[in-house]
Amino acid sequence: MLRDKDRYLSILLISPSILAVLIFIYGFIAWSVRVSLSKWKGLNADYTWNGLTNYINLFADPRFAVDIRNTLIFTGVFVIGSILLGFLLAVMLDQGLRGEGFFRSLFLFPMAISYIVTGVVWRWLMNPATGSRTSGLNLLFSYLHLDFLQNAWHTTPYWGIAAIALAAIWQMSGYTMALYLAGLRSIPVELREAAQIDGASEFQIYRHIMLPLLSPVTLSALIILGHMSLKVFDLIYAIAGKQLPLDVPAIYMWQTTFDGLFYGRGAAIGTLLLISVAVLIIPYIRYTLKTETES
Amino acid sequence: MNKLRLNKAWLYIPLILMAVFYLLPMYVMLVTSFKSFAEVDLKTMWNLPSGIHFDNFIEAFSKLSPSLWNSFMMVIPATLLSSALGSLNGFILAKWKFRGADIIFPFILFGMFIPYQSILIPLVQFMSAVGITGLPGLAMAHIIYGIPITTLTFRNYYASLPQELLEAAKIDGADMLGIYRWILLPISIPSFVVVLIWQFTSAWNDFLFAVVLTGNTEWPITVALNNMAGSQIIAWNVQMAGSLLAALPTLLVYIFLGRYFLRGLLAGSLKG
Repeated sequence: MLRDKDRYLSILLISPSILAVLIFIYGFIAWSVRVSLSKWKGLNADYTWNGLTNYINLFADPRFAVDIRNTLIFTGVFVIGSILLGFLLAVMLDQGLRGEGFFRSLFLFPMAISYIVTGVVWRWLMNPATGSRTSGLNLLFSYLHLDFLQNAWHTTPYWGIAAIALAAIWQMSGYTMALYLAGLRSIPVELREAAQIDGASEFQIYRHIMLPLLSPVTLSALIILGHMSLKVFDLIYAIAGKQLPLDVPAIYMWQTTFDGLFYGRGAAIGTLLLISVAVLIIPYIRYTLKTETES
Repeated sequence: MNKLRLNKAWLYIPLILMAVFYLLPMYVMLVTSFKSFAEVDLKTMWNLPSGIHFDNFIEAFSKLSPSLWNSFMMVIPATLLSSALGSLNGFILAKWKFRGADIIFPFILFGMFIPYQSILIPLVQFMSAVGITGLPGLAMAHIIYGIPITTLTFRNYYASLPQELLEAAKIDGADMLGIYRWILLPISIPSFVVVLIWQFTSAWNDFLFAVVLTGNTEWPITVALNNMAGSQIIAWNVQMAGSLLAALPTLLVYIFLGRYFLRGLLAGSLKG
């Protein structure tokens, strides 16, 4: 198939990348797992075998329980919110209105901004002060006579993390819209027209024809948004710093490792994050590569 | 058709409401960054500034310019090198497969999704052990962790090209590098634009690698901005001007090359 010279050359040219991936991804993952099984706590590396102790302690740790709860709330609000909003925006922009390009760019631009900038601004918008010091969105609500919408945002006990998910929805729903828009555009016009001739209403067409055909897009969006929310770090850090009620695994990992020098525990959190992402991503990669070879 | 248009005109109401929602943070950032210190008050944060005050930008720029420079110094080589590697890898994995190429590809792809918390400790240890610290280390991390997405984008593009294109060149006696250089590279410009924008944006916006790999003289803009925003002594108008400065390069890239940006996003996800 390939001439020998060219085969060796292709392997030679790709080997630096493969080597880098091998070391920086798989080697480092293995190294990290090893650290998570050690007693390393302090400035000097300590690989004394510690079994699963770091993991067992984490699951008994009330802070980690808060982290898991926050991650679940954040993921739920963020993923469902972005998908619903993204889908609605895509359907509206799919109607052939004038100015579609303008709205599309407008909904998408938050993607280009870093989570740190988003966090700095949203921290301001979500100012929880009350009374004469009311500010941010709460002040806007009072201008609009929508006082019942005023709330404590990210300082709300228990559900505070959902307010941060709102800022994340602001940033990522345009992306979800773009995914759905691309999906809608790939559906043949004939299908739509045939349904119209059969007397289906616009709503029925979207509900019974488009939505099922868009299920691969929904799957992609679920996976991509879901794995993003498991890793979320910058946005929460920029809005809330290291406040315990808004803690997530990525912040705990960072703080315990680089502030507390508890490397063993930090590595255990990192490994648990990796496992939860891998459970989502590996079947997804297998599925997409399989459908690719079939088509 | 006209009747249809008219029927759908009501859609502008939700669309404009949503546009307001998306612009709200930008509005606050803009008006606050042009306000004078005396005007900055939580109670009047939605009011327009009394005039255009550029002093905030001057102050923010004087505080942030070293880190803006650091960001450019780190992002430019990171973007160029990881794109070049991605193109080469994509070519080999799509059109010049050796045995095992199809097994290697998903392993490269997985690297795109890993939470960086799971490699952060070894990364810091390794970089300081081999002595590649500060900005060069940060650039190197962006190059290597950028390989999966750049490889994916180019591979998908090259795979969509007909095999006949290569066969004809082979019959004419072109070897592997000749085919890459003279046939594929010239038609790769759209993919390069996509990948360059994507890498530029993600390296510019990164915070996690920057905060663990650089010290305060080498901070890129995200870390410097976060520290500025965290301090109580710097006025909000200056913070907002700083945020705008930090967001400006990626926003400009997005405004001028937005169509390609969109294409890049879709290439990196739908087909991945």
